Amino acid sequence: MSWLDLFRRRGSAPVARERLQILLSHERAAARGEPDLLAKLREEILAVITKHVTVDHEKVEVSMDRGATVSTLEINVEIPNPSGLLLAGI
Amino acid sequence: MAKVLVVTSGKGGVGKTTSTAALGAALAKTGQKVAVIDFDVGLRNLDLVMGAERRVVFDLVNVVQGVAKLSQALIRDKRLDTLWLLPASQTRDKDALTEEGIAGIIKEMRPNYDWVICDSPAGIERGATLAMRFADIAVIVTNPEVSSVRDSDRIIGLLDSKTEKAEKGQRVEKHVLITRYDPQRAARGEMLNIEDVLEILSTPLLGIIPESEEVLRASNIGSPVTLSNPTSSPARAYLDAARRLKGDDVPMHIPTDRKGLFDKLFGRRAA
Repeated sequence: MSWLDLFRRRGSAPVARERLQILLSHERAAARGEPDLLAKLREEILAVITKHVTVDHEKVEVSMDRGATVSTLEINVEIPNPSGLLLAGI
Repeated sequence: MAKVLVVTSGKGGVGKTTSTAALGAALAKTGQKVAVIDFDVGLRNLDLVMGAERRVVFDLVNVVQGVAKLSQALIRDKRLDTLWLLPASQTRDKDALTEEGIAGIIKEMRPNYDWVICDSPAGIERGATLAMRFADIAVIVTNPEVSSVRDSDRIIGLLDSKTEKAEKGQRVEKHVLITRYDPQRAARGEMLNIEDVLEILSTPLLGIIPESEEVLRASNIGSPVTLSNPTSSPARAYLDAARRLKGDDVPMHIPTDRKGLFDKLFGRRAA
């Protein structure tokens, strides 16, 4: 890296390239008819939770952050307090 | 027997119509018999870009519906006598085109031309799917920009599944044409470079059209850029791309406009 780079903004093209590669690998999988993993996960996780706790189905957020090597699944379930809580420690 | 070529992209505004006109004129200049068809029913513009807007009498939908014969609707270019245009109609009826109708037109045109070039509308609706339906070759016009590359990828998927060739188990020959490319910005890492786009789309390159004022000037005056200013950088890039379509082995490079000291100091001459 030359000293000039200190004054130059880093190019945004590598970011564009990486975002596209990740997005398209998932879109191509979807186009091949592979099931929507996120919807399935949401449904099954919710089924497990509602066995023990009353939850508002609208107050469940499931999101996935897709990375090139690792993806993170984030689940946010809002549980009403205190009456709906049947199981401590969730 | 004509080769049927579709110029497509998914995304709008990337240069499909400009590229159809420029490639059509470039091929016709070499003596090949070329017909360009505007599939953008309701939003026709190929007539305007080619300077034939005041000569439209019948259109594609008239021919599909049997109101006019193909020979009545085709407009012969005033500059090149081997170049013909079949304009789209301005109807708002989105079901005006039928697969049988288009199949009939393409079948009738095949024996009489060397190239039938279908200018696809943006999107993935009926006009776009019918424009690619009978294609032998596809030119996917792509800007070095994320949304355009994503849409090109989607279109490549459709070319591999929804065309007549794909359904017969054959392949449509696909080429990427990169337009509005700015080599300086790409070198600075501000724009996706050619290798990035080709790697992501895994499709061979037909040509690189540099960003240029000449493209707007050509559409202003209603002339394909390969006719209005054949020595300009975009025109040379399109002429090379047309030769590659014909099977010539033309080395890939990005034409530039050499600017003299006067141009650099005082800007470009008024076009």
